[in-house]
Amino acid sequence: MKANCWMGRNTVEVREVPDPRILNPRDAIVRITSSAICGSDLHLYDGYVPTMKKGDILGHEFMGEVVEVGPRVSTLRVGDRVVVPFPIACGSCLACEHEMYSLCENSNPNAGMAEKLMGHAPAGIFGYSHMLGGYAGGQAQYARVPFADFGPIKIEDDLPDEQVLFLSDILPTGWMGAEMCDIKPGDIIAIWGAGPVGQFAAASAYLMGAERVICIDRFPYRLEIAACAGAETLNYEEVDILDALRDMTAGRGPDACIDAVGMEAHCPVPAMQAYDRAKQATRLETDRPYALREAILACRNGGTVSVIGVYGGLVDKFPMGSFMNRSLTMKTGQCHVQRYMEPLLKRIRNNEIDPSFIITHHLRLEDAPRGYEMFKHKENDCNKVVLKPW
Amino acid sequence: MSEANGHKTDRLACGLGWASLGLGAVQLAAPGAVSRFSGIDDSAWSRVVVRLVGIRELFHAAVLLGSRRPAPMVWTRVAGDAMDMELLRRAMSHREGARRRRVMAASAAVAGVAAADLYTAVRANRMPGARTEPTTSLRAAITVNRPRNEVYRFWHDFENLPRFMAHLESVETIAGGYSHWKAKGPWKKAVEWDAEIIEELSDEVIAWRSVRDATVRNSGVVRFTDAPGGRGTEVRVEIHYDPPAGKVGLAFARLLGEHPEQQVSDDLRRFKQVMETGEVARSEGSPEGTRAMRQVFQHAAQPVR
Repeated sequence: MKANCWMGRNTVEVREVPDPRILNPRDAIVRITSSAICGSDLHLYDGYVPTMKKGDILGHEFMGEVVEVGPRVSTLRVGDRVVVPFPIACGSCLACEHEMYSLCENSNPNAGMAEKLMGHAPAGIFGYSHMLGGYAGGQAQYARVPFADFGPIKIEDDLPDEQVLFLSDILPTGWMGAEMCDIKPGDIIAIWGAGPVGQFAAASAYLMGAERVICIDRFPYRLEIAACAGAETLNYEEVDILDALRDMTAGRGPDACIDAVGMEAHCPVPAMQAYDRAKQATRLETDRPYALREAILACRNGGTVSVIGVYGGLVDKFPMGSFMNRSLTMKTGQCHVQRYMEPLLKRIRNNEIDPSFIITHHLRLEDAPRGYEMFKHKENDCNKVVLKPW
Repeated sequence: MSEANGHKTDRLACGLGWASLGLGAVQLAAPGAVSRFSGIDDSAWSRVVVRLVGIRELFHAAVLLGSRRPAPMVWTRVAGDAMDMELLRRAMSHREGARRRRVMAASAAVAGVAAADLYTAVRANRMPGARTEPTTSLRAAITVNRPRNEVYRFWHDFENLPRFMAHLESVETIAGGYSHWKAKGPWKKAVEWDAEIIEELSDEVIAWRSVRDATVRNSGVVRFTDAPGGRGTEVRVEIHYDPPAGKVGLAFARLLGEHPEQQVSDDLRRFKQVMETGEVARSEGSPEGTRAMRQVFQHAAQPVR
């Protein structure tokens, strides 16, 4: 089959690789009909996530048709149309029982690697480094899906791929980002990063009853899409964000701040950007946390900072003083996708949300390298790329 | 030797580590000056040799300063001293006059340092826990989200053990609490032995040991307790065995990525996977499932042929 492989920093190649086969009784093989490039794939592309290996198949947002099931998969049949959640979860460990699926205790065979860096290991994730399992991803024609009797959700009506594909990651991720803000009537939510996840977080925050949502980015086209979701927008290259937010909230600060940026944030102050770039290049820190720093400083006293942007390792100059003295709460996590798929699918069916509004590009799988370049450099107003493997 | 003395020995060892760091840095930065000072600057190879010795000194520094209990590591310095003495002895044998006197002075300095190293190393051997026991003990623990009796029953059937103990090929139970074990030893050599159950207490503990002339004498005990608040069962394993080829073999196996400690915790992780999910998690990078060796040498994450 054809698959999009990570071949080193800033290099992906669509290569011919062996077809996957069932390795475990609870596996299924899915013939992929749609697969997306995620903003977090760019962290891999840019080489900032440790334990990648040349030849790794990327991709963790995919859906398709079941073509083979292992002997213990009784919930799926050949021919079923499924969306596959990006965290691999067994459904029976303590974490899964508590619906913390991205912390599944059994799906990461390389847990020992993650423990060295993180203390304890999170779940395995498709196509997202060896420390997170070493699983082949879904930017391919086929994928093996472990614990297929638990994770994937069946799509039994004729909703197009474009409307349900993002149940695999970014729609639930945006939703969880808003949910962690514990939104009360009158709350103002500020969101750093108006990419697809930030756009979904904005839409979700309104569905949860937020009074106002403010999206922060530097690309006008992304802010325009966020505005379509009803958000007010700020361009951090044009205004001082802390001043602007103080002004917009009459001095209180946003009740909750969502970091939907993560480890490769940009800073409008060149000296600051250079400082963190240098430390990152020399591996003195792995992540550039401007968005996080700013979100902490902006948040109102006693407010909540919700982190859904991906971080890989260590950050520097973390404003702990502001965080502690002002009684802030931080909530974080890779999304527990399985928790949200069913309720969000219902909302899609009820036309409460149509996630396809974020898509700007459809490409063939063979064009994945061009998709990565375009998405990375934000060319052609590239907001979200969907790959078609067939 | 008391605990306080042990700490003192560690502090001595740490001091020697800093000395290695200083010396190594000087040898790498100014090999010319060092070879002049030692009287060997007439040799074309002296700078290369001084640099190599400098790299070795940095290695000493790394193991001494990077270790929680550095004292036993001083033996690496003792070995280095022996090497230096030999190098200087050869240098002295064909030198005359001022150079010879400088080589002699350098030798005397090395001899003094060697005495300090040896003193610390010998002290380290007398430290608590430093007795060279023939057996190695490994411990690991994990929490399994299943009821205690179920977890106990699964382990108690020794024929299940190869499902999660990577090094076991098979276990056959024989009557009377005896069983026959087959394992893959290091370098793929097959090892077989008989074992007997020496203690069993339903839902609480199982202990076994190899009988008579096992090639690798070993024993193990596993204890099961309820995790608090309905969190399942805590499983604690202790394994004692004679490492084949002794401590040296063990150290060598570690260098090759075969960490016995890691293997026991990997076994427990697989045990948990089997108990909770009915299978061992396999990825394209680790197709055999959790294994210490495989974590060092991963497949690319694409389907294996």
